[in-house]
Amino acid sequence: MKKGLSKTTRSNIGTFLIVIIAYIVCEILLATGTMSSGLEGLLVPCCYYIILSVALNLVVGYLGELSLGHAGFMCVGAFSSAFFTRAVQNIITNQTVRFILAILIGAAVAALFGFLIGIPVLRLKGDYLAIVTLAFGEIIKNLVNVMYIGRDSSGWHISLKDQISLHLAADGEMILSGPQGIGRIPKESSFTAGFILVLITLFIVMRLTNSRDGRAIMSIRDNRIAAESIGINITKYKLMAFTVSAALAGVGGVLYAHNLATLTATSKNFGYNMSIMFLVYVVLGGIGSLRGSVIAPVVLNLLLDFFLRQIQLIGDNPVIGFISDNRMLIYAIVLIAVMLVTWNPTMREKRAALFSKSRRGEAE
Amino acid sequence: MAAMLEVKNLGISFGGLRAVNEFSISIDKGELYGLIGPNGAGKTTVFNLLTGVYKPDTGVIMLDGKDITGRKTIEISKAGIARTFQNIRLFGGMSVKDNVKAAMHNHFVYSPMAGLFHTSSYRNAEAAMDGKAMELLKVFELEKDADLMAVSLPYGQQRRLEIARALATEPKLLLLDEPAAGMNPQETEELMDMIRFVRKKFDMTILLIEHDMKLVSGICEELTVLNFGEILAQGKTSEVLKNPDVITAYLGE
Repeated sequence: MKKGLSKTTRSNIGTFLIVIIAYIVCEILLATGTMSSGLEGLLVPCCYYIILSVALNLVVGYLGELSLGHAGFMCVGAFSSAFFTRAVQNIITNQTVRFILAILIGAAVAALFGFLIGIPVLRLKGDYLAIVTLAFGEIIKNLVNVMYIGRDSSGWHISLKDQISLHLAADGEMILSGPQGIGRIPKESSFTAGFILVLITLFIVMRLTNSRDGRAIMSIRDNRIAAESIGINITKYKLMAFTVSAALAGVGGVLYAHNLATLTATSKNFGYNMSIMFLVYVVLGGIGSLRGSVIAPVVLNLLLDFFLRQIQLIGDNPVIGFISDNRMLIYAIVLIAVMLVTWNPTMREKRAALFSKSRRGEAE
Repeated sequence: MAAMLEVKNLGISFGGLRAVNEFSISIDKGELYGLIGPNGAGKTTVFNLLTGVYKPDTGVIMLDGKDITGRKTIEISKAGIARTFQNIRLFGGMSVKDNVKAAMHNHFVYSPMAGLFHTSSYRNAEAAMDGKAMELLKVFELEKDADLMAVSLPYGQQRRLEIARALATEPKLLLLDEPAAGMNPQETEELMDMIRFVRKKFDMTILLIEHDMKLVSGICEELTVLNFGEILAQGKTSEVLKNPDVITAYLGE
């Protein structure tokens, strides 16, 4: 049985091992106290960045459609779950149970948004789809910023205007207060929780792509007309990939929200820059490569940490200061460089020549 | 015996152009039927009408006694028509085996949950699919390349894989759109043997579009010649090829 493992299965097991080994190494470093506090603070972000880039890879790499709205799905997952946690804080006191429920709710609400938005949006292709999903992300962020929800002894109050128009009683409390977001969220995200969620995300995407449904999704990516001719329901499988991806992005959002005391929706955390950053992770890691989607966000975040630490060590160095302030600019340059190296015909020829030379060298 | 495919008065216009007009054809079960004609005669348009890519303006299409006129491509695929394409349309980023397995989509069904947890229904279906896929690939001498990416296959093998994929949908009628296009004489010869073999082994009804006269006269029993969207001649291959109108249309006066 073991002998018959296919190439993809072996590669998938390899990816799992990488994640597990990285977790164990980090845990050892944490236990022995050799990890810097800056790095320690990056562990949970690394987890949700991995989840987001794996989720986005399902749409970009396997379905072959460009989505720039994944920060929006992350935002939906973050706010719905944080809202839930705050709402039931005094009812469900068991932290683990509450967090698991929050994850399920974040995933479900994000999936619902993915599904509802997918119905009209997935008729579009390529650039048009990218533009509409980008707009969705922005709309979600702005919608959250005008929502005011509070409760008192007489029940729930919702307003799209301001806090005063809620007319809360004296015993009332605000849960979502517009641009101030959701405050006093219990910090329930941990590195271990993030690690488990990364494994679950990888498991779901790997199993999905290796199944009948995954083949249908990939056949749409490779040739839509041929896929239809062999009887594959294009709309159904596009929606499926989009919904699952949105749900996973929502899970990333849950992890994000419960890692903060106060959750706000700003252009810094849920803006289109974030969506593009996820895309950078996917492209740098390799479109359609899950292992790449795990490695790229970690490497880029560790580099960022490195630069930030350099600033602390040597003070105001203009070069390093520039790099850390203009991360997106650096990402853009790296992205262009990657595309040049992988797709430029001259570069491809050079690369092919280089490889064939080294292979010939081996043979001799 | 009722015909496998019975088409009556099929027609479609694009703007002012009557691409196909009053197209009628009757193909018996197990027959190998040829559709020929000069470039732009409307041959591929007929295929697109038969497979639901275009909706006909007029006419009726009956497959095995069932009316499939104006149905969607997916429904027609389920009803039992499979096709290949003039310009090869494989799933390039998937392995050769997965190309064939993808085409068994509607024959081996399990829920997404079964796929997620690898339940017995998943394992049974996948094992059956693997077996059937390898069997088909063996027919087309592709079994050694099963794990290669489809895009990395040489041209002739890509053509064969496309036929294998079409057969994996378990069709009643197989439509081949210029299967020998771009092949050298030897490859064409091999392809002819393969088509004959497939027809015998799967008891398949085949309608093929072809330019290569040698292939057409070699394997097709009956022919329909299209010119400017209209039927020019129809009947036994040997008779049709002697028809002076056909010779004029092909070779000029």
